[in-house]
Amino acid sequence: MSMTIIEKIFARKTGVGAVSVGETVVVDVDMTVLIDLQFATMWLEPLRIHDADKLAIVMDHAVPAPTIKDAAGGPHARKFAAKFGIDRFYDVGRHGICHQVIAENGLARPGEILACTDSHTCAAGAYNTAARGLGPAEVYSIMCTGSTWFQVAPTIRYQLEGVKPDTVSGKDIFLHIANEYGDAANLNLEFGGPGLASIPMHDRRTIATQGAEVSADFSTFEPDEVLTAFLDERGVAGYDAAAPDPDATYRDVRQVDLAALEPYVARPGTVSRNGLPVSQLGKQKIDQAFIGSCANGQLEDLEIAADMLRGKTVATGVRLLVTPASQAVYREAMRLGYLQDIADAGAVITNSTCGACFGYHMGVVGPGEVCLTSSTRNFTGRMGSPEAQIFMASPATVAASAITGHITDPRSVTR
Amino acid sequence: MTLAITGKVWVFGDDLNTDAMYPAFAMKMDPPEAARHIFYEVRPGWTDQVSAGDIVVAGKNFGLGSSRPVAALFTELGVAGLVAEEFNSLFFRNAVNAGLPAMTIPDATTMFDEGDIGAFDISTGEWRNETTGASGSVPKLPDLILEIIASGGVLPRLAAQGYLPAELGDLLRSSTVAIRGAGSGA
Repeated sequence: MSMTIIEKIFARKTGVGAVSVGETVVVDVDMTVLIDLQFATMWLEPLRIHDADKLAIVMDHAVPAPTIKDAAGGPHARKFAAKFGIDRFYDVGRHGICHQVIAENGLARPGEILACTDSHTCAAGAYNTAARGLGPAEVYSIMCTGSTWFQVAPTIRYQLEGVKPDTVSGKDIFLHIANEYGDAANLNLEFGGPGLASIPMHDRRTIATQGAEVSADFSTFEPDEVLTAFLDERGVAGYDAAAPDPDATYRDVRQVDLAALEPYVARPGTVSRNGLPVSQLGKQKIDQAFIGSCANGQLEDLEIAADMLRGKTVATGVRLLVTPASQAVYREAMRLGYLQDIADAGAVITNSTCGACFGYHMGVVGPGEVCLTSSTRNFTGRMGSPEAQIFMASPATVAASAITGHITDPRSVTR
Repeated sequence: MTLAITGKVWVFGDDLNTDAMYPAFAMKMDPPEAARHIFYEVRPGWTDQVSAGDIVVAGKNFGLGSSRPVAALFTELGVAGLVAEEFNSLFFRNAVNAGLPAMTIPDATTMFDEGDIGAFDISTGEWRNETTGASGSVPKLPDLILEIIASGGVLPRLAAQGYLPAELGDLLRSSTVAIRGAGSGA
C-alpha cells in the first residue's frame, strides 16, 4: 500500500504493513523532550520512567528565571535528572530553545518519532522526523510509559518547484503558503519536490516549525542529500529515513513556484490568510523589532541580520532585540563577528530563551506598540499587551525595518 | 469521570487560540488565579458568569496554538466539557489528557444558542439540544481515548498503572493538582 511520510513512519512503528487515515495507532516514542516549565511547579516525581536514554530535558522558556516560581523549577529538574540518570540534560549555560538543542544534538532522527512539551516541536519535521508538540501531562505520560497514540490524519502535499531566490527565506515561503491556503487543522503537511534542493536546512526548519501556526498535526520534509549532509556533519547515523511513496494518497497536492516568491509579511493576529508581499504593505511604522525563536534564531538568521546591519544604525525610537536560538549559536555567532555587527548597529542581544516570543520575559511589548517579529506566532497578546500589534516577517525584513523604522522590503536596502 | 454531560452552553466563535484562554502573564500565576483569565480579551468577565457544570461550545479551529494546559484551567472553573465544530488536535489531546470530555460537532454553533441546555454523550457520540429538541450524532471516539477521559486524565491513569504513588490517584483527578504535577508547556 502506498503511503505518505507520516503513514510510513506510523506503519513501521506499529509493526503492521500499513496504516490508514482515520485509524488510531499506539506507537513507541523514540525521543521525549521535557522543558523547564514542567518543573516550575510542585513537580510530581514519578516512581519509575521508561528509559532515561530516550529522554532529554531542556531549560529554555524561562531562563535565566524571571520569577521565583520559575527559579524553583531549576532544582526540581536538576534533582530529577541526577536521580534518574538522564544524561541529556541541557541546563542553563549549555542550553538553548528546545528545537534548536534537538537539532544540534541529533535528537531528531529521520523516520523516528519525537515528542516534546512545546507546540513548535513539528520543527523537527525538517529532519524527516514525525515530531509534534504535546501537552505537559501527555509528555509526562510518555516519559513514564514510552508510548502514546495518534490518529492518522490526511496529508496535504506541498510540491515545491523551481529555485528559491536568494532574497527569499523559509519564513517568506511559509507566510506565502499560510496566506494562500489558510488553516490545516487535523491535517499533516508534507514538503518535497524538485524545488526542495534549493531550500537550505535552516529554512526548512523555519517552515516545519510554523506548521503549528496553521493548526497542522505533523509537518515533515522528504529526505534528500541536503539532509544527509546536515546529519553527517552532526554525527547522526544508522537511521532509516521515510520517503513518501510516489502514488501516496493526499487530501490535496499544492504546487509552489519558488522562483515567483518575494518577501512576505503577516498582519497582526494570525498568519492564516492574513499576509501579503512586503512590497505591497504601505508604510507601517514599528516600535520593536525581534529576531529570534526556534523558527528564526538560527546561526544563518543571525548571519543575515549581521549582513543587513553591518555599518548601519537602528532607527531612533526602534528597539531591535536579537535572541540566538541556543548557547551554541550564541558562541558561534560571537566567534564569527555577527554579534559584534548586530550590537554595533544598536541592537540588544539577549541570552538564548523562548522569552520574547511567548511574551513572558526579555522584551514584552506595551499597549499601542507595533512589533515586527521573525518569531513563531503573532496572536493578539502573544508578545505582551493585547493592545499591541504584531506583524511577522523574515529576519532580513526585520533587520531592514529596524534600520528604516518602518516595515521594509529587504531588497530595497543596500548592504 | 462521566462521559455523558448535560449543562448550559456558552457559545463562542472560530479560531479561539490558547493565548486568548491562557495568556503568558497568567502562566506566572497559580492555576485558580490563572483560570480567571480565560477569554480575558475575547469576553471580559465571562469567568465570573460561568457556573460549575456549564459547557463551552466553540466554532472552527478551537484551541490553535500552545501546548500550555488550557483544558485544566476550564476544569478549574468547573466547566463540564468542550464542544467545537473543529478542534486543534493538540488542544483536543490536552482536554482528553485532563479528563475533560470533548466532542466535535460540525454544526455546533448553528445547533446551539447561548443559554440552551445541551446533552452530550461522548461514549456514544449522541448529542441533544434540550431547549430546542434538536439532536444528532457524530462518530464515537476510539475506546482508548474514552478510557483516558473516564480515568480522569492521564495522571490518575499513571497512578493506577504504578508510575505515580497509588494514593495520589484521586487527588490527581483535581485539575489544580494535575496541572502542578506535570507543569506547563508552551
